[in-house]
Amino acid sequence: MPSERRIVITGLGVISPIGQDLATFNRNLFNGVCGIEPVDFTWRDLSTRFPVAPVKNFDPAVFIDVKKASLMDRFAQFAVAAARQAFDDSGLVLTPELAARAAVITGTSVGSQNTIEESFLKLANGSTRAHPFTIPRLMSNAGSSHVSMTLGFTGPAFTVASACASAVHAMGVTLQMLRSGVADLAITGGAEACLTFGTLKGWEALRILSPDVCRPFSARRSGLVLGEGAAMLMLETLEAAQARGARIYAELAGYGMSSDAKDITTPDAGGAARAMAGALADAGLAPQDIDYINAHGTGTRVNDIMETQAIRQVFGDRAEHIAVSSSKSMFGHALGAAGALEMVATVLAVTRDLAPPTMNYLEPDPECDLDYVPGAARAMPIRAALNDSFGFGGLNAVVAVRKSG
Amino acid sequence: MSQLDEILDIMAKVSMVERSTLVPDAKISDLGITSLDMVEIICELEDKYGVELPYNANMNFQKFPTLGDVLDMIQENIAAAGKG
Repeated sequence: MPSERRIVITGLGVISPIGQDLATFNRNLFNGVCGIEPVDFTWRDLSTRFPVAPVKNFDPAVFIDVKKASLMDRFAQFAVAAARQAFDDSGLVLTPELAARAAVITGTSVGSQNTIEESFLKLANGSTRAHPFTIPRLMSNAGSSHVSMTLGFTGPAFTVASACASAVHAMGVTLQMLRSGVADLAITGGAEACLTFGTLKGWEALRILSPDVCRPFSARRSGLVLGEGAAMLMLETLEAAQARGARIYAELAGYGMSSDAKDITTPDAGGAARAMAGALADAGLAPQDIDYINAHGTGTRVNDIMETQAIRQVFGDRAEHIAVSSSKSMFGHALGAAGALEMVATVLAVTRDLAPPTMNYLEPDPECDLDYVPGAARAMPIRAALNDSFGFGGLNAVVAVRKSG
Repeated sequence: MSQLDEILDIMAKVSMVERSTLVPDAKISDLGITSLDMVEIICELEDKYGVELPYNANMNFQKFPTLGDVLDMIQENIAAAGKG
């Protein structure tokens, strides 16, 4: 479709365990800084300790009016903070005409876990009434809603939920809406604040949490480590960005989506491969054009083997020449925000010609036999890259990023 | 009913496989017991016997190729906790 609009990334915002602004995240990501540490979680007289990747000392007041922040769950505060950064980073001046053409489409997996647990705790402790803001705080669309209110975007706004693929599904939908002209500019990404006693106990019961750190693709990996945070992208058409002289990070070149239709927790290489192949086809890219893949790379036994097989299925011999790394080794698995944090990593990789590392890598696994960039970032030409996200429930989403200009 | 029978009954119920196929030499993968089934089985046994069973789907699944291997782990932990 030669007449189709091309969509570019002109702003980035990030609230993460390894940096609460783009510059810090950028520095720590490529220096292999690991944001994982043991944290105690309590609920009444119960207490437990898990290794997690927390956003430490987050101060919503830096980004949000204090009175408005009290209406928001932590995940919505993350969403607004990251969106505010991305919008400011883009340098865009919003006119009423542009505002009506501006969309907010963000992903979240659970959303307001903190609010849910605090509310039950209040009742369990003998209170007869919940906090009056319980419902507005716990709506999973609250992230998108508060971003739209904060930035004054009055075009289409909604939340996408597909577990760990939520943010990348949101980006794919946004790309399609911008191409087709439903909107002209958008904030997209994901936010999650899932480090709560109840969430951790739930993941613990699935027996897939690591007892120490996340070691994606290595023989001695021991499971996933939960994280939290948000990342947002400012998207607009190439034409509009060029017309206003905006700094363009990269092109959001294509997306692919699929469902495994197989198992609620075990992922399928065929489904992942279809999503990757779909993203390539949609972007008009060949396997030979891809230099880097930011993997889903959870550090679980099943994901890492499955993802390796899927990359081999799609890329054949080219797979040997692609750098594949998992940033979850540094900032953990932020569920509905994971694909957004990893998208910022992917965009920075393409912009800087620098592949972020897979940290904590211990010994090669014969079943994971690709180039995982262990231990240190690598300078290399990156013309185009994929960002993989595969959600529980077998919902897969992949986006392609291409160097601009 | 012996403890082993109780454990096997729980395994059969949770994974919905024929109780008679649950013999120690059987490979777990051949029995049709999925990793999610195993997580559910372990959880039920922990509740029943009041013990913690060290099971991580990432690290341990391959260490228990046969049903006997996982039964040994379960019974050793129940005995060590003095809950038999």
